[in-house]
Amino acid sequence: MTPSGKPDLSVSIWRGGADGAYRTYSVPSRDSQTVLDVVTYVQRHLDPTLSYRFACRVGMCGSCAMTVNGRPRWTCRTHVSRVAKGDKLTVGPLENLPVVKDLATDMRPFFEKWQDAKGVFEPSKTRDDAIEPIRPDTRQRQLADAGVECINCGVCYAACDTVKWNTDYLGPAALNRAWTLANDVRDAGQTERLQAVASGGGCHACHSHQSCQEHCPQTLNPTASIAGLKRLTALAYLRGEIEA
Amino acid sequence: MNVRLYVWQRGTAALMAPLVLVHLAVIFYATRQGLTAADILGRTRGSITWGLFYGVFVLAAAIHASIGLRNILVEWVPGLRSRAAALISTAFGAVLVALGARAVAAVVLG
Repeated sequence: MTPSGKPDLSVSIWRGGADGAYRTYSVPSRDSQTVLDVVTYVQRHLDPTLSYRFACRVGMCGSCAMTVNGRPRWTCRTHVSRVAKGDKLTVGPLENLPVVKDLATDMRPFFEKWQDAKGVFEPSKTRDDAIEPIRPDTRQRQLADAGVECINCGVCYAACDTVKWNTDYLGPAALNRAWTLANDVRDAGQTERLQAVASGGGCHACHSHQSCQEHCPQTLNPTASIAGLKRLTALAYLRGEIEA
Repeated sequence: MNVRLYVWQRGTAALMAPLVLVHLAVIFYATRQGLTAADILGRTRGSITWGLFYGVFVLAAAIHASIGLRNILVEWVPGLRSRAAALISTAFGAVLVALGARAVAAVVLG
């Protein structure tokens, strides 16, 4: 029992690598407590060997995503009161990524696919050219703006059924990034990018289940971005600009 | 699925949408009017229109279904290589074309 009179939380946390198991801890319940607060309490007061990632604690860096009661969430902005089921929490590593230890996953496949989708801005000007003004009310800029606030947390990647089934699939975040760049009129790498996302593991593998949209903590809609890429790549293919 | 398969699958779907509606309308008409098998064959035999209609329908269905089967195999059969999935689904499409062509021939020819 805590000073606030609430019963302690029963928190099951994944310990070990891929062949690990859940271990249960008793954590004092607090007002306005986040899931990251709970995990931090366990490491600071109960078991210093617990591994997990966080940095900013305010929903900007995308480091602290974990599976909370079966759903991928950003733990620093997830209040325990919103997700606990009868004072019980289950916290595991993100799905669809190799477990390094405890709650830390190997994010390399996630970021490598970001590269595979040509998620890098290709400049069309040099530093000697004048800065190109981009009006925020243009159609393309608005489409890019709609998807540009991704924080690379990996929640959509962990939530995606297609990622689970198809290891080649680039995933919602990388394709959403490609879509924002595809709508950037300053970018000079459009054909290569469309070619990259039109491959076997590209945008056409998406089943539009919309789990990415459902779980994205930034309330982005990667499914819509992927649908946009499907249209762009299909038109580019029919025009003969890219190959299958 | 790459962009080529995507275009073919969506293209055949768009083609089949009106064909399915006409096919359903024909079924309703035939049953409501009480047409016998002989009545139906009397209208379809020697008809280039019905031969083309159902010939295109069979081809579109075979392409559409085999691409869909390939996707299912790639995602749901662990360890199956994409080339093997392509071979199996192509064979499946060929069977659909053969069965469909036989059915079309039976109602149009003869």
